[in-house]
Amino acid sequence: MTHESSRRDLLKIAAAGGLMLGFRMGPARAAGGPFLPNAFIRIDGAGPVTLIMPHVEVGQGAWTSQAMLIAEELELALDQVALEAAPPDEAKYGDPLAGEQATGGSASMRADWLRLRQAGAAARHMLLEAAAQQWNVPATECTAHRGEIHHAPSGRSATYAALAPLAATLQVPDAAHITLKDPSHFELVGTSQKRLDAPAKVNGTARFGIDMQLPGMKIATLAASPVKGGKLQSFNEPAARAIPGVRDIVALDDTLAVIGDHMWAAKKGLDAAAPVWTASPNEKVSSKQLLADLEAASQKQGVVAKNTGHPDAALAGAAKRLDAIYQLPFLAHAPMEPVNATVHVRPDGAELWTGTQVPVRAQNAVAAATGLKPEQVTVHNHIMGGAFGRRLEIDYVRTAALIAKHVTYPVKVVWTREEDIQHDLFRPYYYDRVSAGLDASGRIAGWTHRTAGSSVLARWSPKDMEQNGTFDPDTVDGAINHPYVIPAQRNDWVQVEPTALTTAWWRGVGPTHNVFVVESLMDELAALAGTDPVEFRRQHLQDPRARAVLDLAAQQAGWGTKLPAGHGRGVMLQSAFGSYLAAVLDVAVSPRGEITLGTAHAAVDVGPVVNPDTLAAQVQGGIIFGLSMALYSEITVTRGRVDQNNFNSYRALRIDRAPNVVVHIVHNPTAPIGGIGEAGTAAAAPLLANAIYAACGKRLRRIPFEGQISAA
Amino acid sequence: MVTLRINNTPHTLDVPDDMPLLWALRDVAGLTGTKFGCGIGSCGACTVHLDGTPIRACQTPVGTIGDAAITTIEAIGQTPEGARIQQAWLAREVVQCGYCQSGQIMAATALLRKTPNPSDAEIDAAMTGNLCRCGTYVRIREAIHDAAKA
Repeated sequence: MTHESSRRDLLKIAAAGGLMLGFRMGPARAAGGPFLPNAFIRIDGAGPVTLIMPHVEVGQGAWTSQAMLIAEELELALDQVALEAAPPDEAKYGDPLAGEQATGGSASMRADWLRLRQAGAAARHMLLEAAAQQWNVPATECTAHRGEIHHAPSGRSATYAALAPLAATLQVPDAAHITLKDPSHFELVGTSQKRLDAPAKVNGTARFGIDMQLPGMKIATLAASPVKGGKLQSFNEPAARAIPGVRDIVALDDTLAVIGDHMWAAKKGLDAAAPVWTASPNEKVSSKQLLADLEAASQKQGVVAKNTGHPDAALAGAAKRLDAIYQLPFLAHAPMEPVNATVHVRPDGAELWTGTQVPVRAQNAVAAATGLKPEQVTVHNHIMGGAFGRRLEIDYVRTAALIAKHVTYPVKVVWTREEDIQHDLFRPYYYDRVSAGLDASGRIAGWTHRTAGSSVLARWSPKDMEQNGTFDPDTVDGAINHPYVIPAQRNDWVQVEPTALTTAWWRGVGPTHNVFVVESLMDELAALAGTDPVEFRRQHLQDPRARAVLDLAAQQAGWGTKLPAGHGRGVMLQSAFGSYLAAVLDVAVSPRGEITLGTAHAAVDVGPVVNPDTLAAQVQGGIIFGLSMALYSEITVTRGRVDQNNFNSYRALRIDRAPNVVVHIVHNPTAPIGGIGEAGTAAAAPLLANAIYAACGKRLRRIPFEGQISAA
Repeated sequence: MVTLRINNTPHTLDVPDDMPLLWALRDVAGLTGTKFGCGIGSCGACTVHLDGTPIRACQTPVGTIGDAAITTIEAIGQTPEGARIQQAWLAREVVQCGYCQSGQIMAATALLRKTPNPSDAEIDAAMTGNLCRCGTYVRIREAIHDAAKA
């Protein structure tokens, strides 16, 4: 069944339910429509119950966790469900935290914790009611278990599928009046459940967007102007057409696409076409100048985000003072699956097959590119081979649609890795200027922290800018809401937009930037005070959850025990995405400056835990993703062009350098649920910087770290 | 025309000799379990076996293969080592996004065949060509040890 037909069915059922309100049905009808109690559940036959996933699967395990929440209340085992990507529909699938249908910001479980359990409970309630009506017994005597309703006094039972036609005629109960299971009765939630997407991912049958195959489909690859602002000037069309298997050539304003029978023909055709680009003013832009712009901007007063106590007086009266500049580079996302989209444009509509974190934006992008109405565009969303924020953008969907509208057949547009990296939208460069003072007792008297950098939000969702559109709260997330009690603190932000690059969200968003600054600073201040870094943090903490994770990580890592010469342990603590995380990492630094990563211990408190093993995997993977960045990652620009273009120049951590990561979960089931997909990434850079300092006494304030020690 | 022996089945494909095996598998034979990650032999997502040896399909022109046996992720479960690796992958919940895991499993299976009980250092040496952006390395190591003991 397509998304469109299910939506029509839902409307039909809603209308029928309205008309039949109060009408008592007899025995189950022989034929009936599917049971659609809400946007997340469909029961339409004897097979598995279909669960519709409001949040997308990018590897973080969200599909399994969402299924667990529904199945818990609907009394299903996980082998009784089939999962389906939600179609674009803001009203049904919008994320209340994101303010739209998007997956990001470690928001999925926070958004779904209540609504998906309510959805499952509502469906269970209606199935119980249907059984009670059918058997003419009180609903209170009926129970639900593993996809069946039972009536113990009479020994009767019926499957959900058998009851679905009758249940479909009942009124959907109000979410506010649904009694949810007491957490002490949870059978799935809080237990480690196997990921539902794993079997297909180990035998090659999982289908990502890039694996799309359709009758008559052709494959395109493309080159965009290597300098932003450049236009396609000319290309060698005869040479491209001479390549066997080349079918069509599509010239866009700033992009040339070659369509072939397969990727090899498209690639060779594109090489033969040898596109020439017009000049762009951005050819004057280089990393050196972008950095100079940031440095100059950071001398100016920015938009004030926080101002408590009297930071200037605190600094003036400080017994000891530290002034430091921290720098975080532009970053590409480089998910393992290069960006791609398959589009078929017909006169009456279009279909899109891709992986997107923002299905409504993707639908609108195809509509805008083709001149169709959004409702004429069907989106088939896919599991994604990583996203990390890359697939919150729809540039690749728009480009694929612009190409596809020139041909009558479906076309799969696949970016080469080189195009994927060079034409990514990049995590901003942040240039942070910090001044901090200690009082005579070695406690923090106050600090000021100014960030200079781009605003992603101003482009991506300008309506969410604050202070009359002048302030982007993401730029200070993690800087103004750290867990410490600081008597005087001022934060401000100076907006600097790099003309040659477009900036975008990147895993860990604000905290990946600011936790590096705050946790490096805390470590530097501990050293300045002559206090142990764990003890120094404890001295500035009141929040018991923050203390608990810090103490647990320190204890598990053997904080304070002796290490061999050249080794050191670093610590960090954060409160981000509604969760607490502390970690300790040991590293060795050789006399030649080579960094060897040892073991990381991370303690986390996310409040209620949905799938503990997934939580651990996210912290492990998140930390390794962040360590990759801290060690290696940097996008630089020369004469307007991105210098890096593949995994040999934009390096990532490989298994031979990957640390062991041990995750310890603090059980705190009554706290509000927090997010975890990005927490580990935010934690990684300060963790490594502080460990390197402990090992060799060198303080690294600029990412990436690789090569900085030996260069000293 | 090139005839390739893929997963014990001959496939006659209308492709040029210089076409990398990766695209012949994915775009012509329809075997999409083998993944495109970098195109320069740097990430390992396209790892397949040629007579049991792991190779990068993106760097292997079909004209150079001859009648060597090509094994892909779709059939690796039919080998004893491949089946053990896949089982260990599931038991350890290795996968996240899963996109690199075809290549990881092909590399790990080849390792196990050659080195039935690998050390951490041997695992690192054999698997370092296979990138995983999700950072599943901790579990890959554990799963290979598990499969070796199975």
